Amino acid sequence: MKYLKQFTIILIFAFVGEILHYFIPLPIPASIYGIILLFLCLEFKIISVKSIKETSNFLIKIMPVMFIPAAAGLIDAWGIMKERVVVYIFVTVITTIAVMIAAGKMTQFLIKQQKKRK
Amino acid sequence: MNELFMNCIYFGVLLSFVTYGIGALLKKKFKFGFLNPLLIAIILTITFLVVGKIDYDVYYSGAQYISYLLTPATICLAVPLYEKFELLKKNYKAVLAGILTGVLTSMVSVFILAIIFGFDNAEYVTFLPKSITTAIGIGVAEELGGYVAITAAVIIVTGVIGNIAAEKICKIFKIKDPIAKGIAIGSSSHAIGTTKALEMGETEGAMSSLSIVVSGILTVALSGVFSMFIA
Repeated sequence: MKYLKQFTIILIFAFVGEILHYFIPLPIPASIYGIILLFLCLEFKIISVKSIKETSNFLIKIMPVMFIPAAAGLIDAWGIMKERVVVYIFVTVITTIAVMIAAGKMTQFLIKQQKKRK
Repeated sequence: MNELFMNCIYFGVLLSFVTYGIGALLKKKFKFGFLNPLLIAIILTITFLVVGKIDYDVYYSGAQYISYLLTPATICLAVPLYEKFELLKKNYKAVLAGILTGVLTSMVSVFILAIIFGFDNAEYVTFLPKSITTAIGIGVAEELGGYVAITAAVIIVTGVIGNIAAEKICKIFKIKDPIAKGIAIGSSSHAIGTTKALEMGETEGAMSSLSIVVSGILTVALSGVFSMFIA
């Protein structure tokens, strides 16, 4: 029963997220509304971490596997991309690494600054 | 073989699990950084489909059921975030500025490369939301008039690159602070990168989860302005 109860709670957030997505005319998916709502419910002690802990751990642990079906769909995207595929991959690699370095370095720099001030 | 597998719902799910398992085993056995279980699983799955002449649609008719778990799993990222909320509050300025830097870097670097490679507006806006989570990114590309199918592919490739490169990039560029690592990974490579951040540590995972939400929303807000830079 424990797991059923935990999964039910998580699915309630997914469902409420879907309802919000339906009524709010923004390109924000159900998962984002759900994560914000669950966070707020945890923070304001409406539900406890204990009531979803094991099931949420399990879902997070197996999350990488959930991306395989969409990623294998790259075969179908090949048809529309092949003419420019080298350029597209180049742009994708460079921008991804640039963002990673810029965001990481900026965050680290500001954290160090803050520590110095103290 | 299409006909056989069309009648087997569990084929797609099983193929995804088994290929990921092989990837995880290979990584455990040979400790090379580039042996990434997710990447190996994707390559093996595609190879299997191509060699066996199985249509992607046949595979997906079963495999889609794993994808259904993505929304609940993403929602669960609120748990690590909640558990590290004190740390986040203490560093909120650095965290928010870091994510904003990531979002702006993404759009500016796409803009610069779009100019260099002579992208038209539709191609340019296809790439603008590339660093954010698929569901938001597709919505943005659609609204701005991009090629949605290409956006979806580019977002996935971005995530996989982030997942593979995260540890190396953090090491080479001396990003050592766990908060900074999490922000770097989440804002560059959304949920697929975040799965790597969660493996690296609780703080990394929590900050990466936060970055998915904040960078997604910031991109929705800013992409309209950026889309006008190339006519």
